[in-house]
Amino acid sequence: MTNAPINNIGNLELFKGVWVLAEQADGQLESITYELLGEGRKLANELGTELSAVLLGSNIGNKAQALIERGADKVYLADVPELAYFADEPYAKVISKLIRDYSPTIVLCGATTVGRSLAARVAITVNTGLTADCTALAIDPETRNLLQTRPACGGNIIATIVTPGRRPQIATVRQKVMKEAAIDGSHQGAVVNVALTPDLLTSRTKRLRHVPGESATVNISEANILVAGGRGIQKSEHFDVIGDLAKVLKAGVAASRAAVDSNWISYAHQVGQTGKTVCPKLYIACGISGQIQHLAGMASAETIVAINRDPDAPIFNVATYGVVGDALEIVPRLTAEFKKILGR
Amino acid sequence: MHFVVCIKQVPGTHDVRINPETYTLMTEGVESIINPLDMYAIEEALRLRDRLGGSVTALTMGVPQAESALREALAMGVNQAILVSDSAFAGSDTWATSYTLAKALEKIGDYSVILFGKQASDGDTAQVGPSVAAFLDLPQITYVRKIEEIDASRLVAERVLESGYEVIESPLPCVLTVIKEINEPRLPSLKGKMAARKAEIVKWSASDIAADPAMLGLNGSPTKIIKLTPPPPRRGGERIEGEPDEIARKLAEKLRDIIIEAAS
Repeated sequence: MTNAPINNIGNLELFKGVWVLAEQADGQLESITYELLGEGRKLANELGTELSAVLLGSNIGNKAQALIERGADKVYLADVPELAYFADEPYAKVISKLIRDYSPTIVLCGATTVGRSLAARVAITVNTGLTADCTALAIDPETRNLLQTRPACGGNIIATIVTPGRRPQIATVRQKVMKEAAIDGSHQGAVVNVALTPDLLTSRTKRLRHVPGESATVNISEANILVAGGRGIQKSEHFDVIGDLAKVLKAGVAASRAAVDSNWISYAHQVGQTGKTVCPKLYIACGISGQIQHLAGMASAETIVAINRDPDAPIFNVATYGVVGDALEIVPRLTAEFKKILGR
Repeated sequence: MHFVVCIKQVPGTHDVRINPETYTLMTEGVESIINPLDMYAIEEALRLRDRLGGSVTALTMGVPQAESALREALAMGVNQAILVSDSAFAGSDTWATSYTLAKALEKIGDYSVILFGKQASDGDTAQVGPSVAAFLDLPQITYVRKIEEIDASRLVAERVLESGYEVIESPLPCVLTVIKEINEPRLPSLKGKMAARKAEIVKWSASDIAADPAMLGLNGSPTKIIKLTPPPPRRGGERIEGEPDEIARKLAEKLRDIIIEAAS
């Protein structure tokens, strides 16, 4: 094992500042970055410390200002062609080096596919703890430790976790849970150009090609509204009913495992234990009974609508609004009503 | 080639209770299973072995009862099973778990590919695969849905991103975490089950893997659970009734503000 431990045990007070790892794809900042800045600002104020963003990419310097306008007091910018897109090793090496050099006390990262791969490598390299997929963060008024709250066991348990003896305290944060930082054009910040030695930029893995997703609707983790179909949709052709409603609401299309296993829709849309965990503002479950494995992936949605023929279906236990009826009859009518409201 | 699959035994249900004094899960009387996503990792390792030759080892860290998960993996066709078990491991977080698995993998030594399921159904962290890769200083490809090519020195895999996917080449040895899309796990054969019952399981303690006691279990874990609670109860649901047209109208009215805000 080659990871030299960082000398951070017993020197906790030397670690200052809250960091947010910005996530970008094709040079565009992902919305999770703004959510992390919103939450990071609260924590930094609470601790009376600075909020910084770390931005890695290529020709990405023009995005530093966007981070400052969203509240970053400082932007650590690593802007070289080798960092154009996420690669586990160079990203982890650069961020680990920055942590060693500047000693932040908290590092927040999105609980995205990229973020979860990256944060784990970084946490081991700098020899500190990592808490996954947090849905609430706060500062303990007595110990000043970061209180990291997250669901476990498919959402049936809520755990609060601390990293009492090491720094930084690293957490990945679930998408769509924290409020985005508002834009404030008058907020001032400094850009620190990070010096990078060649060894930090090497990668043993190599990206041969990148195939973009079918459309934005596939990225169900990011959607504000999701319309989901399950067994009650009965066949592949009927899934259009779900798609039509999603289109009117500019929503993502999600599905239960039953619908994916029946090949009505691809796995990228699956919500639940073996699919994705989502946290939209509104989740409309159509013909989904709500097996525990499905609820594990969506029960933290803000508002849940359930449409199902079985009045005893478990989905009704988590639904804000429940409709006992045939989704195939109700959903097209609902689409028509929403069209009227939204003038689409 | 030597394919090592790291698996975890998890409760077969999410309906678990919390011990109010120790903040640990009460798993007595709850049926245990192999973490569902690990089944895909086992299946992929078996397919790689069947195509390329070599052997598959299933490795788990856990309580002595985790032996049953290894027997299930043996029934599916893995060649060898190793249980790393010691009271010193109790209370491990993902950091200490990854350290322990990494030490066991160091002892195994000749691995070509180390496979994990994307995440476990109890902890849901997705951290142990990449953490083991970091401890062993190995390249990693997470969220793998397909291995396109593999030979003795390298592999090419498809890694799913939030939107789309990328095709990544890695030298061997490397660490992979796999998602459900990668394959359809086989059911154990009767013959496999019989053989698994008799198979010998290799058992290693903390000292067998030369682990530093300071890095193990609750004491070696950087993170500590200070509170476990059931989730807040959801607001009592409101039933909307009537003829389909009426239901649609009422429901749209209830959701009016949400959809206008979300759509803006």
